[in-house]
Amino acid sequence: MEYKNVLSTCVYCGTGCELYFQVLDGKIVGTLPAKGQHISKGQLCVKGWNVHSFVHHPDRLTTPLIRDRKDGDLREATWDEALDRVASEFTRIREKHGPDAMGFLCSAKVSNEANYLFQKFVRAVIGTHNVDHCARL
Amino acid sequence: MGEQTTSQRLEQLRDAVRELLDSGNVEGVLALRIVGPGPAPHLFHAGDDLSDLALWPKYQIPKLLDMLLAANPDVRLGVVIRGCEERGLIELAKHNQVDMDRIEWIGLACTAEERDECRCHWPYPSRIDMGEKVEGIADALVKEHADLSLEERMDFWRRQFSRCIKCYACRTACPQCFCESCMLEDDKWVETGVMTPAFPSYHLIRAYHTVGKCVGCMECEKACPAGIPLTVLYKLLHQDAEELFGYVPGASVEDLPPLVIEDL
Repeated sequence: MEYKNVLSTCVYCGTGCELYFQVLDGKIVGTLPAKGQHISKGQLCVKGWNVHSFVHHPDRLTTPLIRDRKDGDLREATWDEALDRVASEFTRIREKHGPDAMGFLCSAKVSNEANYLFQKFVRAVIGTHNVDHCARL
Repeated sequence: MGEQTTSQRLEQLRDAVRELLDSGNVEGVLALRIVGPGPAPHLFHAGDDLSDLALWPKYQIPKLLDMLLAANPDVRLGVVIRGCEERGLIELAKHNQVDMDRIEWIGLACTAEERDECRCHWPYPSRIDMGEKVEGIADALVKEHADLSLEERMDFWRRQFSRCIKCYACRTACPQCFCESCMLEDDKWVETGVMTPAFPSYHLIRAYHTVGKCVGCMECEKACPAGIPLTVLYKLLHQDAEELFGYVPGASVEDLPPLVIEDL
């Protein structure tokens, strides 16, 4: 029987409340506020208290899905296949319609560093300023 | 004899936890351990490094112990508990949530500083294994509030609860909130999708549900991101319950809760 708390940061908005994932025998079973932390001071909102609930959720996607035809069904794919598809479609659209034909949405659920990398990729590699994120919606 | 320093208390705690783990009577001991910016609950096992044991701030230990015991019905566990946590466990035992025979505890007396932060009237367990007993204090906020007129009180709580963001942290943090379905999530009592929750039904439902169980551990108030002094309301209710029914939550595992007419 193993029970420990693992420090993490809430992914639901950009505030940065620190919290602990309660891990019981290798599974996340709950969230606790980090009482020693200065930003959230041991307090969380309703989303923070429930941030663990998607981790082991049966509806969570654990593999990429690809739709081969416009009205076709999604099918499971490998990461290699999915990334190849994204790269070839980005290239095709950019060549045919120009970079401003595409828009890119990033996420408050990822780190600052990942967001930085994302906008850099959009601006420097794709070549458009059409980049935004979900926390502004 | 001067007051114990934090490092002396921690040394005493390490010895007590090590002794309980080495006794072989328990699968592990639930205590606090430094993880990142501060303490977090942790289940220590025999032979573990105890150098990062911690004391404060406290967590909702009775609720966590209840979860661990329920997940592993065959084990006995040790736990480091303060006065409010012992009383919380006693209430959970009376409501058939935990079995005290499966628990071995190390009783920790709170310091004057910890007592003051919790405005606590009873900062020590029934058996003090470590720390030095300090007497409880009357909650100045409760006293101040009790002197207000009925209209002033209503006005006070209307203002306080207007800040509520309906995050359920008071309910989620509370060791005594163990119902499988919660009235506060039932549309019949609390309309879903509406902010802020209707005054005063949401807050009074919760307040009434704490009567006879709340031991004043302050976890709800500390968890409230809106800073609402919830325990002031609960403590006043408990004063009434004590005067009317002579019942003190958590005082003894033998006392019948006030709503139980006879032992069946």
